[in-house]
Amino acid sequence: MPATSGAKTHINARFEDKSIPPRAGAGLKAEHVDAILQDDYHIGFLEVHAENYMGDGGAPHRALNAIRQNFPLCVHGVGLSIGSEKALDKVHLDRLKKVVERYEPGLVSEHLAWSTHDNSYYNDLLPVPYDQPTLDRVCDHIDQVQEVLGRKILLENPSTYLQFDHSTMSETDFIAQIARRSGCGLLLDINNVFVSATNQHYRPLTYLSEFPLEKVEEIHLAGHATDTDDDGRPLLIDAHDRPVDDAVWKLYDIVIGQMGPVPTLIEWDNDVPDWPVLRREALRADEILERRAGNYMLGSRHAAVC
Amino acid sequence: MRRSAEISTPGNIAPLGDFTNALVDPDLPTPRGVMGPGGAKADKRFDVYRNNVTVGLVNALVDIFPAVHRLVGDAFFRQMARVYVQAERPHSPLLFEYGGTFPQFLETFAPVEHLSYLADVARLERQWLDAFHAADSKVLEAQDLGAVNPEDLPHARFIRHPAAYVLRSSFAVVSIFSANRSGQSLSHIDPDAAEDGLVSRPHHDVEVRQLPPGAAVFLAMLMDGETLGQAASQAADEAEDFDLATAISGMLEAGIFAGISINTHSKRETIHDQSD
Repeated sequence: MPATSGAKTHINARFEDKSIPPRAGAGLKAEHVDAILQDDYHIGFLEVHAENYMGDGGAPHRALNAIRQNFPLCVHGVGLSIGSEKALDKVHLDRLKKVVERYEPGLVSEHLAWSTHDNSYYNDLLPVPYDQPTLDRVCDHIDQVQEVLGRKILLENPSTYLQFDHSTMSETDFIAQIARRSGCGLLLDINNVFVSATNQHYRPLTYLSEFPLEKVEEIHLAGHATDTDDDGRPLLIDAHDRPVDDAVWKLYDIVIGQMGPVPTLIEWDNDVPDWPVLRREALRADEILERRAGNYMLGSRHAAVC
Repeated sequence: MRRSAEISTPGNIAPLGDFTNALVDPDLPTPRGVMGPGGAKADKRFDVYRNNVTVGLVNALVDIFPAVHRLVGDAFFRQMARVYVQAERPHSPLLFEYGGTFPQFLETFAPVEHLSYLADVARLERQWLDAFHAADSKVLEAQDLGAVNPEDLPHARFIRHPAAYVLRSSFAVVSIFSANRSGQSLSHIDPDAAEDGLVSRPHHDVEVRQLPPGAAVFLAMLMDGETLGQAASQAADEAEDFDLATAISGMLEAGIFAGISINTHSKRETIHDQSD
């Protein structure tokens, strides 16, 4: 219905800057809002966890309105539990729709994970088995989300610490099939790739060579912590509490060399530093994006990732 | 070393229920069907999820109840919160709604039995956060009240502002909360001096006030939709020094109401509503 959607666009056009530029962005923290608004460095975009803005009103919405009036925005859900064994929580999906309608984000993303079971919310991104029943269910759930929101979402690859013995396919195959069947885009978290590859004993570049990069519309970068597994080997934890690791920057450089510039988010959710520290990380991503934009040539995709 | 084929058959797949029970109960074994690369042992690997879940929810409680956290100290609070988390998971992905039953838990948790005021401090903190996230709304102004015909005033009913809460306590809950949040010493406070508290958000920020005698019952009745006349009479019964003029100016200043409605005989007039 073109006439209706045209009218809706007009009514809802409260914010400019809808599309997300292929630059660095940062995860928005309440304590950084003033610094970001006053900074001479105008960051490419900001991203919020949808759940933090599902309250009815008050300071969070006041702050996000001020940010949204000045920057493009991505909405990143952490609580929809797309990998759930059971049906999606319709009330929560409606809350997500409300946030999306309120702030008109350029991109909306969620995780390949579950967090709710039997009316309990576990506040973590828990792993799914990579088997056919799970694939079918995740695709159904994404169809439902995209239908309710009336737009495409991006699905993020997880960081994992274990695997299920009844998985029947690789993570990259699983994700590629989801994207193909549901039409969703992908959010490539390169720190998650590095964390999972280390934990599951495969090469991150192998994973990236199998990942459908042509579906990637956003990249996430974050810091990780190091622990050890049951056999005393390194077990990396997706901690989001420190700068991005050099090994992850290296992979990022390679991926951007392959794909060309892509919106890139720096996530820092625990032990959050002052804004200038986060800005420094964003500038490092901007630098790679600019350098690679200069020498990126169409047709070079996938050529060097092997 | 892969696990045996018998464990890998679909009929033996561990449901997520096993996974979730083990997430919050450290005495349960690592669930069936999970492993490290090549079928390696996954106890420490599963512990990452256990730790994420518990620490994440404990951190949420630290954020929601900062005064209780400071009153009992970090290490003690975290131990206590772990016990609560095991018993009571959030029912919503909106973590800022978690901890509604934490005050009751504090009342029954033996190690804090001697801190009898703690549960009410937690109630006030829970109300503070509810007020913080409550819907934006107009606030009833003096002129709205002034526009009402004086003879209709006793019949006036008020519409509660979404961010307004009254808390009646047998303890010095407002003094303890305020001193704690502003980093002041509690040594001058008698915890057993009963106080009534008011939480509201008249402008942008949440404010907490101590209410004078009679005001709590007055405001609570108005919030329940009783008339001004009924509320004033009840408050005067409870506190002989209840002062209606002071109570009304206090309620306007604190922004406890969003609107007023007059309903006398067949006439019904609403001055303004929660239109936001």
